[in-house]
Amino acid sequence: MKRSHDSAAVNSDMIRRPIQRWSPLFLMPVVAAFLIGFVWPFFHGLFLSFCKFKTTSNWEWVGISNYEKALADQSFMYSFGFTALFAVVSLVLINVFAFAVAYALTQKIRGANIFRTVFFMPNLIGGIVLGYIWSMIFDGFLGYYQTSILMDKSWGFWGLIILTCWQQIGYMMIIYIAGLQAVPEDMLEAAKIDGANGWQTLFKVTIPNVMPSITICTFLSLTNGFKLFDQNLALTGGYPFEINPDGSAVRTTEMLALNIYNTFYGQNTASRGVAQAKAVLFFILVATLAIAQLSATRKKEVQQ
Amino acid sequence: MKGAFQKEKLGKNLTTVLFVLLSIFYVFPVAMVVVNSFKKNTFVKTETFKLPTAESFAEFDNFITGMTFGGYPFAKSVLYSIVITLLGTALILLFTSMAAWYISRVDSLVCRIVYYACVFSMVVPFQMVMFTLSKTADTLKLNTPWTIPVIYLGFGAGLAVFMFVGFIKGIPLDIEEAAAIDGCNPFRTYFSVVLPMMKPTIISVAILEIMWIWNDYLLPYLVLDRTEYRTIPIHIQYLKGSYGTVDLGATMALILLSIVPVIIFYLTCQKHIIKGVAAGAVKG
Repeated sequence: MKRSHDSAAVNSDMIRRPIQRWSPLFLMPVVAAFLIGFVWPFFHGLFLSFCKFKTTSNWEWVGISNYEKALADQSFMYSFGFTALFAVVSLVLINVFAFAVAYALTQKIRGANIFRTVFFMPNLIGGIVLGYIWSMIFDGFLGYYQTSILMDKSWGFWGLIILTCWQQIGYMMIIYIAGLQAVPEDMLEAAKIDGANGWQTLFKVTIPNVMPSITICTFLSLTNGFKLFDQNLALTGGYPFEINPDGSAVRTTEMLALNIYNTFYGQNTASRGVAQAKAVLFFILVATLAIAQLSATRKKEVQQ
Repeated sequence: MKGAFQKEKLGKNLTTVLFVLLSIFYVFPVAMVVVNSFKKNTFVKTETFKLPTAESFAEFDNFITGMTFGGYPFAKSVLYSIVITLLGTALILLFTSMAAWYISRVDSLVCRIVYYACVFSMVVPFQMVMFTLSKTADTLKLNTPWTIPVIYLGFGAGLAVFMFVGFIKGIPLDIEEAAAIDGCNPFRTYFSVVLPMMKPTIISVAILEIMWIWNDYLLPYLVLDRTEYRTIPIHIQYLKGSYGTVDLGATMALILLSIVPVIIFYLTCQKHIIKGVAAGAVKG
């Protein structure tokens, strides 16, 4: 929030002072709920990541050993690789398709509104329900090949990709449509008069002008990809498992969020400190990606 | 010139055909839910893509068994989902819009700290806080459908405050100054002058929060006392989560019952929903 001198002068005491006296009503409810629902759990979680604990009241300081264990945990590293691959593949597919669909729908084709309505529809359905709908579809199909989404890890991966694309293309499409509609008409006219062909106009005029939408959509699809949980739980639940030579099991379609969840709430309650450390690493990863991605794409935006 | 025009027309017709096919792919999974919710359990897996035959047709049996399926009345989970979504959304809309007005107009150090903390909270994944949050909620008795909205207010404040502040910064101060000169206290200024102007943003935020809370699974799953309170996603996860003895027909019937109201809501408020999503995306 940048305050210019101008608005500071206008934000006169006439407005500010009386409101300030009403802070218990206006500001405090949100601050109180925010402390309960976010700030305290956040710092408490950060603290517990350096502790060994089964419940929050029974903890013992162990320093960074939870982090060492988390990073040495093969299942965590596996899920990191799986998640990263998933996030990148889904990011590319979602954005290419969403942009293409949005571009076509803004070219005044017949029935554009109906198509838009249909493509956005899956977003109204929650991740758990979507997961079970698609698990029925995949199992019905894979049944012909005597297999199931829970028995084949590559189908698990592509199943998650198909489900995520089906859900998110419509959402990103809406954002791209809004961006495309804001491209100045006279710029497109000028390009046409200067003799630019369709592709040239697309790459030299349209895309630079919708960079803000591209920033948002790539940001959302990347972070959504890394944070995916409900769909993962409902569609594959991490199955199939593979048994390592040392007897430990790797859940071959388990993503980061589900791995953290399973470490927290699995059989071994002694590993909760490790789970919390994983959660902190996960937070750092998502926040870093978000910031890096936003600042990288920002640079490419056209200044208007 | 005429050739180019015809080529363009052909291109558009091809696109339309392509989109019709794509639409069928989009509607197909939902259509399969409808079809399979009328099939007997054993046929859902073996004849997923076939219409019910005389042998596999279950009439309304799946819906009847679904109602009490898993030893928990489905109607109860619908009720809890509605209560939590409505209360949570109402709390968020009322209090975050008030806080956003305060933050924009007072603009003190405290305000900026609150604002940036809210923005920060948007990039924090739920797994970071889930364990400690569910303990806090337990301690403070925020683990019932009537009190969990407080948690939603806290955890969901980020996006709402961000969107409201963005909008309020664009409202000219003259109107509020005029109200102050006419003797309105901030309470009245807010509710009779500022709030009505925020209507478009309120609708956008409401849509985003409703979509989030209604479909949210993990937060209520960890916070609520599950033996007593299950929302729709929790209930469906309970039914399907235990692999092996799942009655797929009844599960599909419940899934159908839970998405029909959502689709009706979508078709009636479509304009607002699409506008809300586009507005919510301007963040960042």
